[in-house]
Amino acid sequence: MPVNMIVCCKQVPDPEAPPAVFKVVDNKMTLPPDVKPVIGQYEEFALEAALKIKDTTGGKITALSLGNNFVRDVIKKALAVGGDELILLEDEAFDGGDSWSTASALAEAIKKIGEYDLIFCGRQSSDWDSGQVGPGIAEILGLPAVTLARKVEVVDGKAKVEQVIPDGYQVVEVTLPAVIVVTSGLGALRYATLKGIMAAAKKQPVLWKPADIGLEPAQVGAAGRRTRLEKLFQPIKEGKCEMIEGETPAQAGANLAMKLREAKLL
Amino acid sequence: MAENKGMLVIGELAGGKLAAITTELLGCGRKLADELKEDVSCLLVGDAVGAAAKEAIAFGADKVYVAEDVALKDYQADSYIQVAEKLVKDIAPRTVLMGQTSMGRDLAPRLAFRLGTSLTTDCLDLSMDPVTKMLTQTRPVYGGTAQAVFVSELTPQMVTVRTKAMSPLERDDARKGETIPVKVDVDASRVRTQILETVKEEAAGMKLEDAPVIVCGGRGMGGPQPFQTVLKELADVLHGTVGASRPPADNGWVPEALHIGLTGKIVAPDIYIAVAVSGASQHTAGCTGSKHIIAINKDPEANIFREAEFGVVGKYEDVVPALTSKLKELLAG
Repeated sequence: MPVNMIVCCKQVPDPEAPPAVFKVVDNKMTLPPDVKPVIGQYEEFALEAALKIKDTTGGKITALSLGNNFVRDVIKKALAVGGDELILLEDEAFDGGDSWSTASALAEAIKKIGEYDLIFCGRQSSDWDSGQVGPGIAEILGLPAVTLARKVEVVDGKAKVEQVIPDGYQVVEVTLPAVIVVTSGLGALRYATLKGIMAAAKKQPVLWKPADIGLEPAQVGAAGRRTRLEKLFQPIKEGKCEMIEGETPAQAGANLAMKLREAKLL
Repeated sequence: MAENKGMLVIGELAGGKLAAITTELLGCGRKLADELKEDVSCLLVGDAVGAAAKEAIAFGADKVYVAEDVALKDYQADSYIQVAEKLVKDIAPRTVLMGQTSMGRDLAPRLAFRLGTSLTTDCLDLSMDPVTKMLTQTRPVYGGTAQAVFVSELTPQMVTVRTKAMSPLERDDARKGETIPVKVDVDASRVRTQILETVKEEAAGMKLEDAPVIVCGGRGMGGPQPFQTVLKELADVLHGTVGASRPPADNGWVPEALHIGLTGKIVAPDIYIAVAVSGASQHTAGCTGSKHIIAINKDPEANIFREAEFGVVGKYEDVVPALTSKLKELLAG
């Protein structure tokens, strides 16, 4: 059975950029222009989970993203690695949303797409780390969800999911359609092939505004929030590390042991 | 509509007993409730929760709602949410507190969206505004490089709280409270998931959360081998255990259960030795509660040194065995 899949992806500032480049200015996170955005790390895992199903079972992958000012070659990576279609909810009105307004808009877009067996999300975005959009979409659409998934297969019209739990994992079977919220552990997103990159370059994303998904601008982005951001700040780190030296690194290691004894840590 | 009142802790059990996170939530809920002279309620769901209900009272609950049924033995969102949704509608709490745990991450957003209210996840700090009676909710964002302060626009205001961020009250078995059975009527047709199998993956030995000393290896370990040799030997000398940052877990060098960080385990041992760990914010988010952090890294600029109390610059192959053998000598004498 070919599986219809939707993968929700978010364009975020590169979380692997050195922590020092993240600066809060006027309650907004600002990064230098040379730090390129990327697709969030967990959404990359979600894409890979969908691609693995496409490899084995066959199916169609629609990548869906919400934001403003998408960098085309960044978000088109979803196509280059093997996605079939890309839908962008792109509008100024989508700016500044919270989990509520984001999940609501994505759910309306998913209704408009209409045909789906599996909806994949990452466990949390790499910027706000909130972890609500996947379960939120499931609630709005009245679907079951399996979170913290690290392996997903479709067997006999159901999804079989390895879900990470604190001391191991459990195998959960869920009826379709379902929302699968993906964590790490299924392997990195595959590289795009040259052929994939060329095909993605030729493909144009589908663009939807709030009206295209039946929402007023007042229902999306900052206007649709249910939590108010009072303040964004960076705690000050003291950085008072005492460096233990030695003539050789091994000597430094031994000196560290002495230091720990002296500091009464042993 | 009447004003929502009181704090509701949605609790969790671990091996039949009240989970540590639930005692922390009760401690936090008690403090917030006392400021407003309101009650703390606790919901416990499972197949046998009577003993844990007594513990919940000893740790600060005024009322414990007990939902017991064989169908509720294992946590599943589709069944637990039916119980939680009904109780929240019945008792209309001002605030709903859950843990930032596997269950909390799964259930809290489902419940918030079902109730049409707001949720702030992974809170480190909560304070009650005495005038508006709304919570000021502080949580890390951008992998821990910043923190955000949120206020809900709606009640019940829901939050999940990071493990070990709050302190439990001293257990007091003389505290009085009320245990109230909840009529359970789970609609099985609305449970669309089934747990086929549960597999334990924890490495033998002590749990990371309980270890007094953790030796954590990072990407710079280069492969699975040193976790079982160099790092384990150091951990053994200190009666501790071995953990890892995210790359070793992602690469399959160690089981995911050893992953320490924002999306792995949150730990707070007495001594945390980070070896060849760069110190990305999403990792340090999992270990900043440690009493003493020690870093060993060949890169003097590594971010981990900003978190550490003591540091050594050098390759782990050179530094760690020398550290281990000197410690052996010191601890023997």
